[in-house]
Amino acid sequence: MRLLNTLLPAPWLSGMLLGTWLVLARTVTPGQFSLGLLLALGIPHLFPKLQLSGIRLRRPAVALRFIARVAGDVVVSNVAVARDVIRWRWRKPASRFVVIPLDLRDPLGLAALALVTTIVPGTVWSELAADRSALLLHVWDVQEESDFVLQFKARYEQPLREIFE
Amino acid sequence: MSAGAFWIEALAAGLLILSGLFVLVSAIGFARLPDFFGRMHPPALAYTLGSWCVGLAAALYYSFLEKRLALHPLLIPLLLSVTVPVTTVVLARVSLFRGRIAGGGDVPPTLAQRTAPESKPGGEES
Repeated sequence: MRLLNTLLPAPWLSGMLLGTWLVLARTVTPGQFSLGLLLALGIPHLFPKLQLSGIRLRRPAVALRFIARVAGDVVVSNVAVARDVIRWRWRKPASRFVVIPLDLRDPLGLAALALVTTIVPGTVWSELAADRSALLLHVWDVQEESDFVLQFKARYEQPLREIFE
Repeated sequence: MSAGAFWIEALAAGLLILSGLFVLVSAIGFARLPDFFGRMHPPALAYTLGSWCVGLAAALYYSFLEKRLALHPLLIPLLLSVTVPVTTVVLARVSLFRGRIAGGGDVPPTLAQRTAPESKPGGEES
């Protein structure tokens, strides 16, 4: 078990690297597979400072559902922002900064939250409080601030806490 | 040309047009909006749905044309969505700091002031 940990310090990263290699090569011949395996095993050892070892994704099913939800939200808010841009002359979106109190403390979870908020059009991650207790978010169009905060916490923060904490 | 190939080409073309429309709206929004933070939002259309549609169209088209699974175009949107937030967040942070130092009106104060004194030392911002 310890040998496995030394050999394979970041199994998630190695898996992703091997998968990416095979997708790029577009074949699963033994040669490409072993070349990919070599890279997947070697590359994590070149970047020990990334601290990618010991990552445990606790709830894979929740994680998959979360990714699907984010993808859906991206499509919905793409359409919403595009519509607002087109009718900009007639109706201005209520853009403002929103402070969201956070319960999520895990650095990886926060990194994932930063990715999600930035990828979904209509929200941009702007600042994290020094003690990670709150998040400043710039939102494209927010009608009722308290509703937005509640929805944001239930929709994104709660699943990330289940996955990472 | 078989009927299947026609529909694949039509689907790919539709996706490409959709992508073009989203990128166009994104550019219009970028040009039209008056302030920096408003302008952070429309470019997201280009790097999300804009790139997703192109990636999907390429994956569909080449998978059928070459009769061989082509998933590698989908890596582009995947890698974009991991790397673009880094620059976006850095830009937002820079603009916030600049606004606070220059006193440019509508920038909110730093979150450090609202936190309770129990905050731990050494927590990093990101």
